[in-house]
Amino acid sequence: MPDNAAAARVPAKKPSRVLTGTHFMVGDHACAEGALAAGMDFFGGYPITPSTEIAELIARRLPPLGGRFVQMEDELASIAAIIGASAAGARSFTATSGPGFSLMMENIGLAAMMEVPCVIADVQRASPSTGLPTMVGQSDILQARWGSHGDYGVIAYCPDSPQECFDLTVRAFNDADKYRVPVFILLDEVVGHMAERVVIPPAEEIPIVRRKGPNFPPGERRFLGYAPDDDMVPPMAHAGDGYKVHMTGLTHDEKGYPALTPEIHDKLVNRLVDKIRLHASEIEMHEEIALDDAETVVVSFGCTARSARHAVNEARAEGISCGLLRLITVWPFPERRIRELIERGKVKRFIVPEINLGQLRREIERLTQLPVLRLNHAGGAMLKPDAILELIRS
Amino acid sequence: MSVTEQVIQPAANIHPIDNLLRADRLPHILCPGCGIGTVIHGYAHAIAASGLPEDQHVCVSGIGCSGRAAGYVNVDSYHTTHGRALPFALGIAVHKPELKVTVISGDGDLASIGGNHLIHAARRNVDMTVICINNFNYGMTGGQVGPTTPIGAKGTTAPDGAIEQPFNLPYLAKATGAVFVARWTILHVREFQDAVLRSMNKKGFGFIEVLAPCPTSFGKSNKIGDGLHEVEIYRQRCQIRHGATNLEEFDIDLIDDTKPIVVGNFVDVERKHFLG
Amino acid sequence: MSKAAARTIQVRFGGVGGQGIVLCGRLLGKAAALFDGKDAVCTQSYGPEARGGASRSDVVVSEGRVDYPFVTEADVLVAFFQEAYVKFRSALRPGGLLIYDTALVHSVPDEANAFGLPATAIAEELGNRLAANIVMLGFLVGKTGVISREAAEEAIRATVKPRILDLNLRAFDAGYSRAQAEAAA
Repeated sequence: MPDNAAAARVPAKKPSRVLTGTHFMVGDHACAEGALAAGMDFFGGYPITPSTEIAELIARRLPPLGGRFVQMEDELASIAAIIGASAAGARSFTATSGPGFSLMMENIGLAAMMEVPCVIADVQRASPSTGLPTMVGQSDILQARWGSHGDYGVIAYCPDSPQECFDLTVRAFNDADKYRVPVFILLDEVVGHMAERVVIPPAEEIPIVRRKGPNFPPGERRFLGYAPDDDMVPPMAHAGDGYKVHMTGLTHDEKGYPALTPEIHDKLVNRLVDKIRLHASEIEMHEEIALDDAETVVVSFGCTARSARHAVNEARAEGISCGLLRLITVWPFPERRIRELIERGKVKRFIVPEINLGQLRREIERLTQLPVLRLNHAGGAMLKPDAILELIRS
Repeated sequence: MSVTEQVIQPAANIHPIDNLLRADRLPHILCPGCGIGTVIHGYAHAIAASGLPEDQHVCVSGIGCSGRAAGYVNVDSYHTTHGRALPFALGIAVHKPELKVTVISGDGDLASIGGNHLIHAARRNVDMTVICINNFNYGMTGGQVGPTTPIGAKGTTAPDGAIEQPFNLPYLAKATGAVFVARWTILHVREFQDAVLRSMNKKGFGFIEVLAPCPTSFGKSNKIGDGLHEVEIYRQRCQIRHGATNLEEFDIDLIDDTKPIVVGNFVDVERKHFLG
Repeated sequence: MSKAAARTIQVRFGGVGGQGIVLCGRLLGKAAALFDGKDAVCTQSYGPEARGGASRSDVVVSEGRVDYPFVTEADVLVAFFQEAYVKFRSALRPGGLLIYDTALVHSVPDEANAFGLPATAIAEELGNRLAANIVMLGFLVGKTGVISREAAEEAIRATVKPRILDLNLRAFDAGYSRAQAEAAA
């Protein structure tokens, strides 16, 4: 065995990339299996609670499948390594939690600016700073959207179950490639550590969408690495493909060369935002319970949505007019659907329970003059269904 | 080769390394007397001499004047963030081990903000060549002192002279596990080029420090008139000691002209590389 | 209490590290979710909480959908250790079922719904005291019927290593049979 066992390609004993079948699995493991099923072939990460189970599973499962697992020296290195690997063609992945997510922010901006696809799982814990490392939080929501300096578009999923950890991780890889953006899976400690039934479909039923490349062979003519197609996404050539690309975090022209003018900068940054904004209807996902006639709309995500679902079902059983809007993508935010609900005129108020001090509530307040009731806890424990129910009844 | 034979050679319209430079990016942004162009030239010659197709070479750099090097070489090239060239390059080198990855960046980028990555990349013995252009200061931002600024040398953030012990980069690289370690200056064009080629042809982590003048930011504040003056210092004070083992004694002191600047190919050893 | 809640059973296993608390929770949840057609969620204590003193493993099993994944009010508390009993006793709902290992939980007040069994001794007789957790699981299943015996055995087969499978199946049977015998008596 080589001394770097984790990075070695271990001779395969017919290992299976897709664990088709029904499992009883924690969310962290389901997320890791989702990445494997999506064809992830490079993982660079640094251990951090409560995400470490993702790295541990991948360290065991990926090398026999021919992929590379590298435990990096820190999260700055982890994110840089996965961007580099992706620039060389890998489907690359890292997993972290709040403190590590903070450290990754600068290079998340690089991935956005260079338009290098990558997927980052952030298993949220109670924050800020070291906070409560083993206990739940949902306070990285705004960091996921605005954490790196400048304007750029991102996609962020919020699974509420181990099953969704699997399903949404597959989706995250596809969307990262399709739009050439960093994509986040915002688990939380509860969802990451709870075991539940997870159904993994046969490999052929798992949709795989890969980034588009140049449509002509290298050397034929100059490849413009940043000339977008009609979908605003440029095709991507990789290191070693022969197209002699140049990529930079500086503002750049269609060749990828630094082009340091306000005009080019404005055009580029607008495209980075618009390629997500204008595809929001394709990307955005949410679940609705009884929203059609609801006077009280509970908006929730992640583990809190489990309590919210319970509370809404109980309240309806009591004859209270209420419904649930569960965000599956927190970014893009389901702005259109919320505007529709408001315009329809039946909604009298919103309730936003979340394990932070009101991050998602701001987004809703931005859209409406209706009352937006808060139910917050800074972190460490799930919000209980009864607390939400009580607010619905009020 | 006789003079006659030279004359009858068909006239070449292009220089041998012209296709290795992105001519459409010229003129470059580097100052007169800057040493970075010479380093790019040496790297391009090493690519040409490597015998590998150009599309097997990848250049990665960080931020700063030296970090702009990746933008001028006509291979797949990545201009990353400050300090993070090495882990970015690791991602490429590990995902596509068949590629020849070279990192070109500055002393501040590689040894200060990226210092942790430097020691870990060397420890892992990742297969790549690192060319660290050491001009003793942060040039692009106007001459602040950095991790290699010699004690006593002045910078805008040390107006009375640097007081911190600088890194001795070859010693650091050796201690942390690099299998090829060299120090040259831009005066030693052929030796530098040869060192780059040797490192490219060796599996594992190669580290080449190359001293380069920064007349605009460092020279001006330190009574080194122009680029030529600094190269003259190299010429007078450099001593070549290939294979020297006492790297800890090779601190650089640009002020005290009685001290030699020791250059050479110091380390060339075999050790299992990261994917080996 | 709503209909959904009525069809839900909350079980807490409490003990110290190394007693197989987590495995018990996983087996119960797995049996319910994969082999009994129910919904089940399993959670456990983590980090310092899991390492020092009493640790827990919670399972919520329901005919409907389990939303809130933690035990709010345990229908069953399975105590493997005195300290765990003391720590988690208050989580047991009034009239809830208490199951404990008589070798390791001593000061249990006389409660109508408290059942002690010498799980460690039974496991030792079967050949390995480490199987005490599975004896307890068998007793729990026999006593409550929260999952079927078949589902529990399937879960054991799908989870434990072949080398110790037989031991674990015998341990489960020992606990299960004891509960059945007590019920018959």
